[in-house]
Amino acid sequence: MLDVSTAYQRYRFLGDEFLTWLWFCIEKDQKLFTAADADCTALEIGNRMVLENRKTKSVERITIKGDDAGLEEGRLALRKGALVSEMALVFKTGEYQWQFSVKGESLNISNLKTPGATAPQGPEQLEPFLLERFDFINKIIFFIENLYKLFIRARLSSQWVSKQVPSIRKWIEAADG
Amino acid sequence: MAITRYRVEGKLAGAATEAVRRGLQKNAIAEIDNEAEETATGWTSFESPFFPSFEGSSFLFGPLYVFSMRVDRKSVSAKLIRKHLGIAVADRLAKTKKQFLSKDEKTALKENVLKDLLVRMPSTPSVYDLAWDYEHASVFFFSTLRAANEKLEGLFKRSFNLGLIRIFPFTAADSLAGLSDSERDVLIGLSSTQFSS
Repeated sequence: MLDVSTAYQRYRFLGDEFLTWLWFCIEKDQKLFTAADADCTALEIGNRMVLENRKTKSVERITIKGDDAGLEEGRLALRKGALVSEMALVFKTGEYQWQFSVKGESLNISNLKTPGATAPQGPEQLEPFLLERFDFINKIIFFIENLYKLFIRARLSSQWVSKQVPSIRKWIEAADG
Repeated sequence: MAITRYRVEGKLAGAATEAVRRGLQKNAIAEIDNEAEETATGWTSFESPFFPSFEGSSFLFGPLYVFSMRVDRKSVSAKLIRKHLGIAVADRLAKTKKQFLSKDEKTALKENVLKDLLVRMPSTPSVYDLAWDYEHASVFFFSTLRAANEKLEGLFKRSFNLGLIRIFPFTAADSLAGLSDSERDVLIGLSSTQFSS
């Protein structure tokens, strides 16, 4: 049994690879997202992305932010060996949308904005408000967990090296994505 | 809103809701205002975090146990201690008509000054909510602060005698993806992928 802090540090690269793979899927394989949640109509990159290059002597960190920020700099960082360490995402269904960020090293969710009311209308509304909020949170958590399961399945398969990595490399190298 | 996810190891003995209530009551936050304590950590009510009460089904919302962890802290600055220690030393010297105090006397005086300041200082509370889906052995903790997470893990274990496994890349792969033994072996042996050429 691995010690928790050892496992956290030793396998943190999995989270960064997951987010990098997710960016690739957002651009190349949106169909994957309906396998993670049948209601998903789109998953988009939000207004912030952080990339880290740990291949260099000191960790190089690049932050891209802003609603209209281009991702060319991010792609360039990938070419130099960086991975996505944090990414803002927008998850859409036909009716609703969720905004949130995922951090690679921890898979923690932050800046989560769910649909629905932001506060109960009165004491008697507290329970329905909390349960609705929990359902909205759960939906996005399950979605991310399902995506992560798909990633881990791909990552552990022999096709990771023979198919997935070459496809991702090709995408990284492509000038216009 | 920020969330750290946990898996809960094991089940409570007996009726779960009663066991949760006992754990919450036993480890409810103790007030440290007017006390010579620097910090306190404990459970409080989600609805009324400054008046903890776990009566009835106040922490039960549908299938969820919802309550909060409160951490109260007092922070006495070194400058404030120095000021009041200076006053206390001068006062002691005047009363005892001594030229100086011994090291032990100064240490004791400093402890008393700190205690006195702590009693007079109100604490600053931090409240962190959590939702425990007992049936699915899942806890959502609404903070990603490392110190708060570490306090939660200790308090949860003390209160319910159940371990919390934090979900991060390795534990998510190991516990959520339904891996076979051979897949787990592959997981343990993984090293990072080189995406760049």
